[in-house]
Amino acid sequence: MDAAKLFALLLAAMFVNNFLLSRFLGLCPFFGVSKSMDTAVGMSMGVVFVMLVAGIATWFLNLLLIMWHIEFLQTLAFILVIAALVQLIEIFIKKVNPSLYSALGIYLPLITTNCAILGLALINVQNNFTLMETIFNSVGSAVGYSMALILFSSLRVKLDIEELPAAFEGMPAAFITAFILSMSFMAFTGMIKV
Amino acid sequence: MSDDKSKISSLNVLTAGFIRQNPTFSQVLGLCPTLATSTNAENALGMGLATAGVLVLSNIFISMIRKLIPDVIRIPAYISVIASFVTIVNLLMHGYTYQLWTNLGLYIPLIVVNCIIMGRAEAFASKNGILKSFLDGLGMGLGFTGAILLLGITRELFSVGTIFGLRIWPKTYGMFVMMLPPGAFLVIGFYMAFFKHVTNVRKNKKVKG
Repeated sequence: MDAAKLFALLLAAMFVNNFLLSRFLGLCPFFGVSKSMDTAVGMSMGVVFVMLVAGIATWFLNLLLIMWHIEFLQTLAFILVIAALVQLIEIFIKKVNPSLYSALGIYLPLITTNCAILGLALINVQNNFTLMETIFNSVGSAVGYSMALILFSSLRVKLDIEELPAAFEGMPAAFITAFILSMSFMAFTGMIKV
Repeated sequence: MSDDKSKISSLNVLTAGFIRQNPTFSQVLGLCPTLATSTNAENALGMGLATAGVLVLSNIFISMIRKLIPDVIRIPAYISVIASFVTIVNLLMHGYTYQLWTNLGLYIPLIVVNCIIMGRAEAFASKNGILKSFLDGLGMGLGFTGAILLLGITRELFSVGTIFGLRIWPKTYGMFVMMLPPGAFLVIGFYMAFFKHVTNVRKNKKVKG
């Protein structure tokens, strides 16, 4: 596996197949926590962290599943292991680094049931990625997710002070904004073939 | 169902998901599959029914075992139940509706993390009897199916000019962007604005009248 191909995979995961804007994974926090910059940044840090750990853990777990010929239990095994892992990490961080815990703490349980994490694990497995490819794809996806989330939250902060038609206030305006942001990300389509 | 009061309330339970507490438009839950699989009416209907099926089954089962589950581990227990039913639905769809299964792809296993199912298990099935949980699952499932089907029909009509493959107007009138990811955001944004407008008008009438 050469470096150029890994780099292409990283960029493709970040821009072309952006998790939020072209795969529609992890939308609940996209609309839920994007009302202010601080929460968006906290959530992004949590996602980067959990995606990397979960990506690597599920890669090893999948080896076990294949060894025992129980691939059909993938969904069940993945979601339980991800949930347990996040709990363990939460306890560990709380003990070791309380200041990091107070920054990430409330977002970690939220991220567990986020479809982006399970989606990433399933994408990694379905594409038969090697461990190196899994790591690059996970990091790329996580950074792409964070970028879209932070961009969107800064747009929404501006949107809050504008006067809108009554019917569009709140959620509808957020969706229309996401439409425009998503259009701009469509420009990356076809740039990298993976 | 002995007296009138409980009859009315179970009817209420069934219809709550249709409009009043519609999972998509009023609670804004489970957006990922709604937006991702509503590219055409057929995919949308398949996804809606698959989710509704899992929702009904998991609601019944969780309601059945609600007294056996200790409170501290209830969330992992719910996830296991839901994931088992999703695996069953996934295998069934692979066997019987292969074309649909390949179209929906990744989004079938992702029904596990659909917030609607977990939300109903936590908010309703863990506190109510089997019959009511069944009705609640059915109502919410149908409400979800209706919403995703509405999006699917709209997007298919505006992108290629057909509904369920039936031609309504020539293909050249279509806007291809409706089929692409941005189209999903645009259509759901306008539907939400529409529903909000209707609610606002009703509220104003009540204030005046």
